Parts: sequence; structure tokens; C-alpha cells
Amino acid sequence: MSPIPGSGLAKGLAVTLRTMTRKTVTAQYPDVQPDLPPRTRGVIGLFEENCTVCMLCARECPDWCIYIDSHKETVPAAAPGGRERSRNVLDRFAIDFSLCMYCGICIEVCPFDALFWSPEFEYAETDIRELTHERDKLREWMWTVPAPPALDPAAEEPKEIAAARKAADKLAAQAATEAEAAADAAAQATAEQPAAGQPAAGQSAQDTRPAQDTPAGQDAPTDRPGPDVPTAEEGPA
Amino acid sequence: MNDALDVALRLLVVFAVFLVLPLVIGQTEHKVMAHMQGRLGPMYAGGFHGWAQLVADGVKFAQKEDVVPANADRRVFQLAPAVALLPYLLVLVAIPIGPGEGMVGQVIDAGIFFVMAVMGAGVLGSLMAGWASANKFSLLGGLRTAAQLLAYELPMLLAAASVAMAAGTVSLPGILDAFEWWWIPWQITGALVFFVAGLAELQRPPFDMPVADSEIIFGAYTEYTGLRFALFLLAEYAGIVVLCGLTTVLFLGGWHGPWGADGLGWVWTLLKTAVLAFVVIWLRVSYPRMREDQLQKLAWTTLVPLALAQIALTGVVKVVTS
Repeated sequence: MSPIPGSGLAKGLAVTLRTMTRKTVTAQYPDVQPDLPPRTRGVIGLFEENCTVCMLCARECPDWCIYIDSHKETVPAAAPGGRERSRNVLDRFAIDFSLCMYCGICIEVCPFDALFWSPEFEYAETDIRELTHERDKLREWMWTVPAPPALDPAAEEPKEIAAARKAADKLAAQAATEAEAAADAAAQATAEQPAAGQPAAGQSAQDTRPAQDTPAGQDAPTDRPGPDVPTAEEGPA
Repeated sequence: MNDALDVALRLLVVFAVFLVLPLVIGQTEHKVMAHMQGRLGPMYAGGFHGWAQLVADGVKFAQKEDVVPANADRRVFQLAPAVALLPYLLVLVAIPIGPGEGMVGQVIDAGIFFVMAVMGAGVLGSLMAGWASANKFSLLGGLRTAAQLLAYELPMLLAAASVAMAAGTVSLPGILDAFEWWWIPWQITGALVFFVAGLAELQRPPFDMPVADSEIIFGAYTEYTGLRFALFLLAEYAGIVVLCGLTTVLFLGGWHGPWGADGLGWVWTLLKTAVLAFVVIWLRVSYPRMREDQLQKLAWTTLVPLALAQIALTGVVKVVTS
């Protein structure tokens, strides 16, 4: 019981009066577009360049609303003497949004980041068949996919960046040790040069050997660490 | 001035007020109620903040089919909306909005009697509708209306009688001529009783048990469609105008104000009426509907004793001061 009889009535009046002075919460939707967060489940976009037709999305879909057709194509060997490769080519990729329940499993399961959520939601149709969005329409939705939200201030860095950084660090360390070794070798060489008779001939013989071993000669420097290291100093390392 | 022309002009003005003010209050209710609930209310009709929403509603009602149920008492059924609406028009004629002959439709010597009697007749419309509809929900609504009328007419009359005693006259302009500012605290209990009882008589929330749309689907109005239903709604809003106007005249000093006494009296009347109308809307938004037994209990155990106490107080003060 309230201490003063009727104070509850006054409180009720105060609540409505206070609400009247506040800003209304009405969303004037067709006039003002809603401000949706980047991960809003509006529609699914297909980044078909990434799709390998692995069919994981179609198989995991609880509603079976993803239709994929594909065929295999043979890719000629990239290099003379190589083996022919076969590649999946996407013929049809369609999502029936009249069946879709927006669970997002297809997007989670895609191993190649070919499916994305887009916040667009205004694709109502008067014919239910129009709700089956074919490949080109799904590709169009990709342009509406927003950039992923920024990470939290102290968050762990994304796996991709961490892996790339690790690789880069490894390469840098390797290059550093090689450069050190090369510097040592060079110092040794300059010390020995007056004594030894023909060092240039021996080094050029060493240099030609790897070029003969690899069939695609241009691949070698990219695989090899520190291509800018002078070949003359590579031999002793 | 020519007498006939004078009468015609007065009636025309009263009629215009009768048509405009209820719509203004209805639109205000749309907007105030919306904002009290954190909404915007109508925004499209008419372009600017939905000012023409009620015009659009009227057009919609006019287009609808006018259905009379097969088993209904046809004549009575069709007459009921007019019976509900017209009394308020008649009451409006007698309410003075400013000092002098020119600011009142017609000076009636027994003003309070006339006003209370005619307002009571307005409720007959709901009774007729409830009985003639041949529908059990309508009948329930009609019976509840009758019970409510019986319960609340008494405190309303007693409260009005208190003012008549204080002024020594039953003429509405006469009461206002005798008005002094200290009447407001003196008659405040009577004012509250009158206002609450008037709300109940209009079947406005929280006293809308007879129409209770969620329980007996609009009671007496269940079978009504189109324009006749619109007339019932209009009667409700005309009733708000009349009740607020009467409360202003009887208890709040009508055209008397702190300043601007000459020429601007009618502004005071309208201003006080508007504030009271806002309170009516405010109460509707704030409070849930009362149960039927709570309605009766409030009338008989609270309002009637309060009104009697007010009459006693008025009598004592009157005897002491004279």
C-alpha cells in the first residue's frame, strides 16, 4: 500500500506526462531507412569468384533452399610436361528466400568466404517464385555487403593476419641470418681473394646448376628467400 | 437587428462550434495519446502531421454501408445516433463563453436545469441503441449504460446544485456574474465530483465499462456501421466539449481571468475548456478501465457523499457570509 492514498493515481499521470515530453520512438520506416548493424540478416550475397562448388552450403542448409548446378572442366597443364587439372565450374547458384529461414548456416559453413550477409531487406515480391534469387542477383547483393565491424580495442588479431605476419617474420629472420652469413663469407672471400687463383670461374659454375634443375626458371627466385642477395655470395651459405 | 436573422446567426455559430470543436478535440486526442505512448500518431493525412486524419475518417465512414440487423427494431435503431448527438448541440446553445448577450446562444433562466436535463437525455441514445440492436452484447452495454447513468447523474446534479446555491441563481450567466475567485477553492470538491461524474456519463475511459471494446465489443454500438457509428463517436467528443465547457462555467469562473477581463473573456473560457479537454485525454491514456462493481462503488460510496459534503460546506459558508 502506498503511504498516501491516491499517490498511485498521481504517479500514473506523471508517467504519461513525462512520456509526452520525451522523444517518440516511432520509426518512420518508408520515409526514413532503419539504421541496421553490419551483421543484420537481411539477404545472402554470393561472391561467386570465391565459390568452388564444394556444395557444403547446399548440404548443410536445413531448408534445402540452395540450388547448385556445376560441371567439371579440364584445365590444360600449366607447364609443358605437367598434369592436366580438373576444375569445378558453377552453372547455377540460387537461394529460394521463400524457404530460407535466415539461420546463416550456409555462411558459417562456407570454407572459401563466398557467402555473406547483407542488411538489405526490401525484396518482397508479389509472386513467390520471384523470391528464388539466381546467381546474378545474388552477386548483385554483394555490393550491399558492408565492411566487417572493427575489432574490439584489445582483441586478438584475425587468424589470417596473424598467419601472414608469422610467415613474414620468419622470412625476415631467415633473410637476416643469410645476410649475416653472406657478409661473413664476403669478408672471408676478400681476405682469401689474393691467395686463391680463380674464384670467379668456380662461382659461375655453381650459379648455373640450380637454373638447370628447375624447369620453370622464373619460379626459383620467388621460392628462394632473399632474391636480392647477390648470387655470388650464395654458394658458401 | 432583425429577430429571425439574429436567431439564425446564433444557431449557425453554435452549429459551427458544434462541428469544429469535437473534431479539434478528437485530433488532439490522436496526437496527445500517441505522444503519451511514445508514438507519433497520424502523420500522413493532410500532409502536415496528419491534421486531416479525422476528415479522412469521416470520408471513410460515409462510404461504408449502413447496415440494420434483420431482427433489430428498425425505427429505434436508426433514431438512436441522433438522440445521442442532438442533446449536446442543445446544451451548447445555453453555455455562455463571454459576458453579455452576444456571447451565448440563448440565455436560459433555468440554465442548470436545462443543461442537466438535456445532457441526461443524451444517454438515452445508448439505451435505445442497446435495446434495439437485438444483440446480447449491445443489450449488456445498454444495461451497463443505464446503471452508470443512474449512479452518476445524482452526484453530478448535487455538485451543480452546490454552485447554484453559492450563486443564488440557476442561470448560467447569472452564476458567472456572481463568481469570485475564492469560489474555486471553496467549490473544488464539487468541481472534482462534477468532472468525474461527467466523465462517467460520457462513458470515457476509465469509466468506459458500457462500451468496453475488449469485453463486450463496443456495447450498444456493436451493430452500428458507417455514418451512424460515426455519429455516436461524434457524440462522445461533443460530450467532452460540453462537459469541459460546463465545468469551466460552473466551477472555474468561465470568462473571468487574472487579466484581460474586457473583450477577451471568451479566450479564457476557451482556454479553460481546452485544458480540461486535455485532462480528459490524459486520464484516458493513464488509467485502465474500471470494473463494473468498482464503477458503482465509486459513485455511491465516494462521489455522492463528497457531493453532499460540498453542499453542506456551501450552505455553511453561505449562511456565515450573508
